[in-house]
Amino acid sequence: MDMLRRTMLKGVGAGGMLTAALAAGLLKPGHVYAADEWNKAAFDAKDVGAALKGLGAGNAAESKDIVLKAPDIAENGAVVPVEVVSNIPNSVSISILSQKNPLPLATSFDFANGALPEVQVRVRLASTTMVQAVVKTADGKFYTAQKEVKVTVGGCGG
Amino acid sequence: MADPMKIRAKLSGDVAEIKVMMSHPMENGMRKDSAGATVPHHFIQNITVEVGGKMVVQGQTGTSVSRNPVFGFKVKGAKAGDKVVIKWRDNKGESRSDETTVA
Repeated sequence: MDMLRRTMLKGVGAGGMLTAALAAGLLKPGHVYAADEWNKAAFDAKDVGAALKGLGAGNAAESKDIVLKAPDIAENGAVVPVEVVSNIPNSVSISILSQKNPLPLATSFDFANGALPEVQVRVRLASTTMVQAVVKTADGKFYTAQKEVKVTVGGCGG
Repeated sequence: MADPMKIRAKLSGDVAEIKVMMSHPMENGMRKDSAGATVPHHFIQNITVEVGGKMVVQGQTGTSVSRNPVFGFKVKGAKAGDKVVIKWRDNKGESRSDETTVA
């Protein structure tokens, strides 16, 4: 956990983005992820914009160095396998969103101590949607990639 | 108490491939039961993965994750015999910790 904290602090300092981030209300001073913490603002967000803002990723840049694997067509929206691999150097975190879900943000993972910046997860998709991956690097920058998944039967109601 | 997780940690070179399946309903608070009543939120919020005593992955999850969640991670520098400890905690404060060793 200390490693994560250090990375975070270093990232904020080195990036010189602190003032900008603070001004945009993206970073709370002294905010550090802890094991028992849950980013309510991001996970309770009802649209992608608010979820990205909750993550601090409002200005994420498109990147081809994020590999986002998901099926083109998902027959069952309740269980859709998604894999994200970041080839961006110093990636420290990956988040996955499904843009049309009532609550778009599915997961957010922080990596440290040798964990490679890649994750496999099964998500619910309410309807045909863009699945979006957001990668954060150690210097506090955000990158994103997306892929459309056509959903035959949605996975949220029932 | 929720059922144990199924965890597999397989070494490939110096990278441990960890797969975990958690037994959890991941209720998203939108589903209705047979009587038409809304089933309340009940979902995993936090996940941690430790390998060889070091925290490698900390995750937060929301209701857009499928029920009985499956996650896959890769950890470089792991050795055979390293202990893998995975924990989750949900929005009702229930939690579970399971472990295996890298093989």
